[in-house]
Amino acid sequence: MAKRDRLSGNEAVAIALRQINPDVFPAFPITPSTEIPQYFASFAANGQVDTEFIPVESEHSSMSAAIGASAAGARSLTATSSCGLAYMWEELYIAASNRLPLALALVNRALSGPININCDHSDSMGARDAGWIQIYAENNQEAYDNMVQAFRISEHKDVRLPIMICQDGFITSHAVENMELLEDEDVRKFVGEYEPENYLLNPECPMAAGPYSVTDYYMEAKRNQAEGMRHAEKAVLDVAAEFKALSGREYGLFESYRMEDADRAVVMIGSAAGTAKDAIDRLRERGEKAGLIKIRLFRPFPAEAIAEALKNVKAIAVMDRAEGYTNHGGPLGADVMAALFRAKSPAHAINIVYGLGGRDVRVGDIENVFEDLNQIIKDGDAGETYRYMGIRE
Amino acid sequence: MATDISKLGLKASWRDLTEGMVIAGAGTSREFNTGEWSTSKPLFIEDKCKQCLLCVPVCPDSSIPVADMKRGEFDYEHCKGCGICVKACPFGAITMEGVE
Repeated sequence: MAKRDRLSGNEAVAIALRQINPDVFPAFPITPSTEIPQYFASFAANGQVDTEFIPVESEHSSMSAAIGASAAGARSLTATSSCGLAYMWEELYIAASNRLPLALALVNRALSGPININCDHSDSMGARDAGWIQIYAENNQEAYDNMVQAFRISEHKDVRLPIMICQDGFITSHAVENMELLEDEDVRKFVGEYEPENYLLNPECPMAAGPYSVTDYYMEAKRNQAEGMRHAEKAVLDVAAEFKALSGREYGLFESYRMEDADRAVVMIGSAAGTAKDAIDRLRERGEKAGLIKIRLFRPFPAEAIAEALKNVKAIAVMDRAEGYTNHGGPLGADVMAALFRAKSPAHAINIVYGLGGRDVRVGDIENVFEDLNQIIKDGDAGETYRYMGIRE
Repeated sequence: MATDISKLGLKASWRDLTEGMVIAGAGTSREFNTGEWSTSKPLFIEDKCKQCLLCVPVCPDSSIPVADMKRGEFDYEHCKGCGICVKACPFGAITMEGVE
């Protein structure tokens, strides 16, 4: 039986990790993710988990230790935010190219500078090409549910890639919400034992991890790695189906909210999608056909499915909680627009940068976005396609 | 499961590589044929060889097999054509020639 509780997003993720009972958890604190290893350290000290909890001296080391543990055959993970993720930069690529299915509980926070501790997606967006699976949450329940599903996806034999479970700093990590937790035993059964085929501590078959690849092999190695990513979408959906049977909660590659007959849509990631839903409900009451695509799986990017979900929409605003400094928008904008182009979409699309460094997103802000989309349909022209939401001019 | 090293030649498709380029199994360097990296190879002229064996220890790989105190034909599966043995031979019993 599921039990109801009121928890912060960090606490919810820490509880999911207690239930998973991983083998190794190296960690270094950084706001706003600090509470995840902090709660977990209590679980370890209280004997509620069998995990080797390793306090290390930096994020470079926490990711390195997680990688070493994973290569040794352990189920491992770490947690971080912002500059901590940036300091793991080199190791992120090592984890992915060595096909190590470890997890990272990421609490999204702006990268410096100017130095800022609040939410935006610039940290994980910077790591989007590292070869990690990235899954994002709108609220605390999703952060918990995604963490429970993480290892099943990353350890899937056709995937074997590291996975980043992202939630919005402070907005979900520190806000307390009512949510449902699964029973410890159910989570343990759902996640199962980690049984790698090859691992460093296997005395029956010694193993070399991360060997040098000369030019003659490097491209084939990268193509081989891409094959794991190509199987990730199916693994995400298969695991979600099993999770639904366990929890009753449904997950996909993205969520379509009131998209059935929508003529205008917003595409976005994370907690602001909850605000967008409120805005859409208000607009729908006024008879306006507004809808939302909330991205759950950002890497790999489910381009075809997203283009299909947007095929009847006349105007689209892709919302980026990160600057890309391309002079034409952010990373989500680039991916969605590429998907629309390949699907030969006739829709008008604009890219809006919003919510940087924790800037509030209000229901009225999203209503204004839909009003802008209305104007674009009337004009038959998207106008400026690279915009900032709520910027003081 | 041990890696099938013999599949990892220069013509290997991406499908034949192991996940994460992992090498499972010990002592695999004997099975890994690195000779195909070379652009030239040494030629052993047996008539001129006095079996002094000075060439054997200078080989950076193990491409000059010795049996009964006598060196034999080069192991071209592992020789990378560095030519050090040519310089070490006092009798001109090794020359280099190009490989296809």
